[in-house]
Amino acid sequence: MTPLLTVRDLSKTYGGRIGCADVSFDLYPGEVLGIVGESGSGKSTLLNCLAGQLVPDGGQVVFDTRADGPRDTLIMSEPERRMLARTDWAFVHQNARDGLRMGVSAGGNVGERLMAVGARNYGDIRSAAIDWLGRVEITEDRVDDRPTAFSGGMQQRLQIARNLVTGPRLVFMDEPTGGLDVSVQARLLDLLRGLVRDMGLSAIIVTHDLAVVRLLADRLMVMKSGQVIEQGLTDQVLDDPQAPYTQLLVSSVLQV
Amino acid sequence: MSQEYNFAYLDEQTKRMIRRAILKGLAIPGYQVPFASREMPMPYGWGTGGVQVTAACLTPADTLKVIDQGADDTTNAVSIRKFFERTAGVATTESTRDATVIQTRHRIPEEPLTEDQILVYQVPIPEPLRFLEPRETETRVMHALEDYGLMHVKLYEDIARNGEIATAYAYPVKVEERYVMDPSPIPKFDNPRLESAAIQLFGAGREQRIYALPPYTQVVSLDFEDHPFNPSKADHPCALCGADHTYLDEVITDDQGGRMFVCSDTDYCSRRQADGHRGDMAPPVLEALS
Amino acid sequence: MSAMIRLSDVSKSFILHNQGSTVIPVMERVAFEVMPGECVALTGSSGAGKSTLMRMIYGNYLATGTIEVGGVNIVGAEARQVLALRREVLGYVSQFLRVVPRVPTREVVAEPLLALGVGRDEAIARAEALLTRVGIPERLWGLSPTTFSGGEQQRVNIARGFAHPYPALLLDEPTASLDAGNRAIVLGLIDDAKARGAAVIGIFHDLEARAQVADREIDVSAFSPKVAA
Repeated sequence: MTPLLTVRDLSKTYGGRIGCADVSFDLYPGEVLGIVGESGSGKSTLLNCLAGQLVPDGGQVVFDTRADGPRDTLIMSEPERRMLARTDWAFVHQNARDGLRMGVSAGGNVGERLMAVGARNYGDIRSAAIDWLGRVEITEDRVDDRPTAFSGGMQQRLQIARNLVTGPRLVFMDEPTGGLDVSVQARLLDLLRGLVRDMGLSAIIVTHDLAVVRLLADRLMVMKSGQVIEQGLTDQVLDDPQAPYTQLLVSSVLQV
Repeated sequence: MSQEYNFAYLDEQTKRMIRRAILKGLAIPGYQVPFASREMPMPYGWGTGGVQVTAACLTPADTLKVIDQGADDTTNAVSIRKFFERTAGVATTESTRDATVIQTRHRIPEEPLTEDQILVYQVPIPEPLRFLEPRETETRVMHALEDYGLMHVKLYEDIARNGEIATAYAYPVKVEERYVMDPSPIPKFDNPRLESAAIQLFGAGREQRIYALPPYTQVVSLDFEDHPFNPSKADHPCALCGADHTYLDEVITDDQGGRMFVCSDTDYCSRRQADGHRGDMAPPVLEALS
Repeated sequence: MSAMIRLSDVSKSFILHNQGSTVIPVMERVAFEVMPGECVALTGSSGAGKSTLMRMIYGNYLATGTIEVGGVNIVGAEARQVLALRREVLGYVSQFLRVVPRVPTREVVAEPLLALGVGRDEAIARAEALLTRVGIPERLWGLSPTTFSGGEQQRVNIARGFAHPYPALLLDEPTASLDAGNRAIVLGLIDDAKARGAAVIGIFHDLEARAQVADREIDVSAFSPKVAA
């Protein structure tokens, strides 16, 4: 099986400071990879480098494109990379405001990616938007409301619908449940799990919440000071951590 | 002609610079070419971009017509016409047919233009994506990459909110299947006439951009398959000349709710009246005079 | 016939880096096999490492040596190989139910089937049949099991663990906190699994239950590391 994403020796420095260093891994279709670490560990830098939002200093990010097979996205032309970013990739921001157009209706938010790839039938775009709102449990009567009228949890679900409408194969998520109430988090986690399973999505989730990765991620990468210090099956890394830092991280979580 | 000014006010180097921008604009239809806009002896918003383009195009043999919302006799049109009478000494006219260069604000003349004519638009905001994406750096990239999904989001929002595309002026167009362009705030009724035999030049003084449509350029108004572009206008005939195919202005005639619809293109309307066409409210005195 | 589960020269120790790098050896030179259709009970006193051994077989704890399940060596396997094995071959019923809050019980039970790509209607139907069999009343199926009693949670856990006919099963105290009637039902499920050829490794504190389903016993204390001479 060809990996969907192959990352080799990815590095990014900010001046003399390390953002992330020599990160390598493979992500196979249908896998969910969690990246954990404390603030400043480089996990967001890594995610942004993978998603083409930051230019790394070196390395490869090879994506198995639908048309041409594995291609290094770092040496792709900008138009190709943008096309990927709005078709086969999705990016879910921690703050829904960063991932939504707050002045545009829910339907317009969901329809944007469709229109960006050439959809020109209003009725079809609207039906697709309503269908997707339904899948993220937003009722049809909210389709013309702006996200400013939505709760935090609804905004996050809208952002997910907006991202998944083009049927992407790889979803990048940056603290997708951060800043949400615990009860809202649970609903979102369940929703994400169902979508990942039903659409066969691959996902890379950056979070500092170990409970989130335990529920969502198949595999886990632990980062510290820009380096990957441990990776493996999620439950194995959490239940039998090998690296000193991971042991500290796991033992620092309050048990409920 | 007043001797204090170089021909058409601007110095020759500036005109050359503007002509280069115009030529580049003609070579890349719909692409916004930056240019070093000069201070003009009139405020921004009064057509400084159009005036600079006109100044760069004029030759002493030209005949200039200036319209504002279709009319030759409004303040803006009169001022600019006088400006070029003084600084260039060119002939001026109110007749569309007789003009070689027409500077316009917010209208395209009803009379079909010819290959011998240049239409110069005054443009307030050249960037069609501006109100959707405020960052200039980002809009330039979006143009470069033909990343125009956002343009249709705006139209989608229109239909979702109003049941139809409610954008009535500055209706966005796609030029030669490449650049999305703001046609300046002309009514969408004029959009079909953007495909023209004349050269069309657009100047934005404050924003320092020039763009252009060469003759016979394909210009398509953006729309949806199931909500096609509709160049509608007020559903009345002109009260003066009776035309039912022209863009109309609504004129309030008293404080009792009285109003009339008349051609916005004054030259076209008076020509029709001279040819004997009559609307409902055409004053009999005109008949007596003609 | 070859063994479904085979362990040889398996060892495990924990290193507590944050407590003076203490090394705690917990298991040494484990070796045994479980054939299809066979149920092996792990025995040994509390703390002897029965659950630890089970977790090693499941890939939850890292071990050294060879742990083959269905021909795949879990030691050193890639994550996706272990994941595929867990999805298709190796079932595990832990002592505690761990679920996403607010997910209805029937979805919790159907999930292993959905993950395998079984159609939604079919998966839910099988989940409901199992819930019926383990005696969870229908009025609870639409509720999250997080609010259920210990015994109910345990039965939901078992239903989930038996939803897919895994060729290999790990059962950690499947009959704990169950009354006699429900225990009989669970033992029936285990018998059925054996009958269709599943290899089962179980921990049963309940001697009666152990005697009823286990074909043989392995005393885990035998693998306890000898105190260094």
